[in-house]
Order: sequence, then C-alpha cells, then structure tokens
Amino acid sequence: MCTYQTERIGIRGSGKGRDGWFSLTDATVYFDHPVHFPAEHALTIDFLNPARGAQARVAVELDAASARALALGILASLEAVPPELLAEATPGA
Amino acid sequence: MTDAMRAETVEIRGSGGDPVEAYLAQPLDGGRHGGVVVIHHMPGYDEATKEITRTFAVHGYLAICPNLYSREAPGASPDDAAAAARALGGVPDGRLVGDVAGAMAALTALPSSNGKVATIGYCSGGRQSFLAACSLDLDAAVDCYGAFVVGAPPEGMPWKVGPIVQMAPDLSCPLLGLFGAEDQHPSPAQTAELEAALTAAGKSFEFHTYEGAGHAFFAVDRPSYRPEVAREGWNQIWTFFGTHLAG
Repeated sequence: MCTYQTERIGIRGSGKGRDGWFSLTDATVYFDHPVHFPAEHALTIDFLNPARGAQARVAVELDAASARALALGILASLEAVPPELLAEATPGA
Repeated sequence: MTDAMRAETVEIRGSGGDPVEAYLAQPLDGGRHGGVVVIHHMPGYDEATKEITRTFAVHGYLAICPNLYSREAPGASPDDAAAAARALGGVPDGRLVGDVAGAMAALTALPSSNGKVATIGYCSGGRQSFLAACSLDLDAAVDCYGAFVVGAPPEGMPWKVGPIVQMAPDLSCPLLGLFGAEDQHPSPAQTAELEAALTAAGKSFEFHTYEGAGHAFFAVDRPSYRPEVAREGWNQIWTFFGTHLAG
C-alpha cells in the first residue's frame, strides 16, 4: 500500500551525497514502498536541503527492525554523552 | 502494416501554461488511434512507468505520461524527484487536473489521434485518474488501486490530498477499477463505498478486486508484482479501451 505517511523534521547537520558534502535543513521519515531495498515496504529517511535542489539528498531504506535498532542506537549514544558536550555540538542552539 | 513505434521525451503545456516534461509513445502504422494519459505512481516518472507507456503504444494507442514532479525537481532522477515532491506534500489536485488537460491536448493534436482520450493511473495516480475523470471530458478512465478516493491520509501529514468520492456525480466517462483484495489503501471496504457512490449517481463502472494481490500488483520491478493478476488486469484494460477508445 501507499501509506502517504510522512514525518517532516527540521534539522541542522551535514550529509554526503552524489556531489560531496552539503548542509542539511530537512529530514522526512516514512514507512512506504522502497526504491531499492527488496521489500514491499521500508522505513525511509531522506536527509534533504530543498534549497539546493532535489538531488541534494541522502536516502536510506531500512527494514522495520533495523530502523528501530538505529533509533535506539541514536538515543543511547546521545544519552551516554555528558550534557556539556551536547551543548557544544549544537552551534547556535 | 508495421509494428514500428516511437517513444521520446517531449514538453507539453500543463497547469497554468507551465512547461511540463512528458514521455510520449506512439504507433507508426499510419492509422488513427485513441489516446491514453498515463498518470505515474507516487514513486514518480520512472523506468517502469515509461515501459507501461510504451506498452500502450505497442497495443495501438497514443500514450503520454506527464512528469508530475517536473516543477519540484526539473531534471532530477525519479527517486530524488519523488522524495522532493513528498516533502512538499505531493501534487495539488488543481495542478494535476491542469497537467492532465495539457497531456490530453497534446494527444488530440497529433495527426494520428482519433479524438478519444482515456486516463489510467497507478497508486496515487489511480486517485488522480478518478479526479481527472470527474474534472475533464474524457472517454474512459482506469483507477489502479488509488488510495484516498475514499478516506483521508493520516492527520498531521503534509499531504494536500483529501477524499474525492463526493465528486462521483461529476464522472464524465465509464470507469474501470482494478484493486487488490489484500490492499488497505484502498481497502475493499473503501472501494465498496466508491462503488455505492457511483451506483447512486447512475454512473457506468466496472470494478475487479483480485484475491492474492495487494497494492501495486502491476509493478513489475517491485515485490508486490503478481504476474497472474497483472495479466488479467491488462486483459481487462485492453477490453475496456477497445470498447471506449475505438475510432
């Protein structure tokens, strides 16, 4: 099915795409038909910078278990870091 | 008699007179032919959809597929274009109707046109095929598993689409609906609701819901492909267009 589901998140960071590194401003997250991963559905994350055009995109397609493990891994990494380092790693925040 | 055909990228005038990229395929046998506007699925104007467009030409139809994401992502690869369009909330309904009208005009302007035009759409394009058929003067329309003709996308999402079942009284042509019994978008209950609305409006339609198939059973490059169901679906399409697009 086409879920139409789309979470859109404003982000700050950088990603490496077809033409090298670029600044990221947006991410979309959705569980829908993948382009490349051989399954009917996958959790897709697009890291985007729409101002630089549609090709300014880093995409990943994951099965549901992998996506959950990744999400928990991200949270575990952040929770293991001293708060002062998190503040330092968020310029302009 | 020749079986030669020609397929190429062209530019048409879409909604608001905007230039829109499109893929045109036409038989070269010197005869006159009905036209088919192919409305691509949410993953975009991709190789599989261009193959579908060529298949219509092989079967004797003038076929054109407008790139509905031309504006968001000119020149981008289909997957990047689909991601960009998704982030922006998809294709607005009014713009879709204008782009299909432009594609229809491009087909009927061809010297080999017999003046008749149908739409066919897949996935999000199935809903858009119904939308076009309720908004424009068409000779036939096919809805392949279009979600959210009945029902609305999840709340809080950026999508610009809503239910359009209420447009059933405006349907301008016979409608063929091809659905999977295991699909949830649209679910069999939702296609039954559309069927009831069309019946109440006195419209001509024919729905087939296939067991053993879910969404996207025509998509040859995806795990959802169901060869037997797709073959039967294609047969329904040839019969339907043979009846309604004949010169």
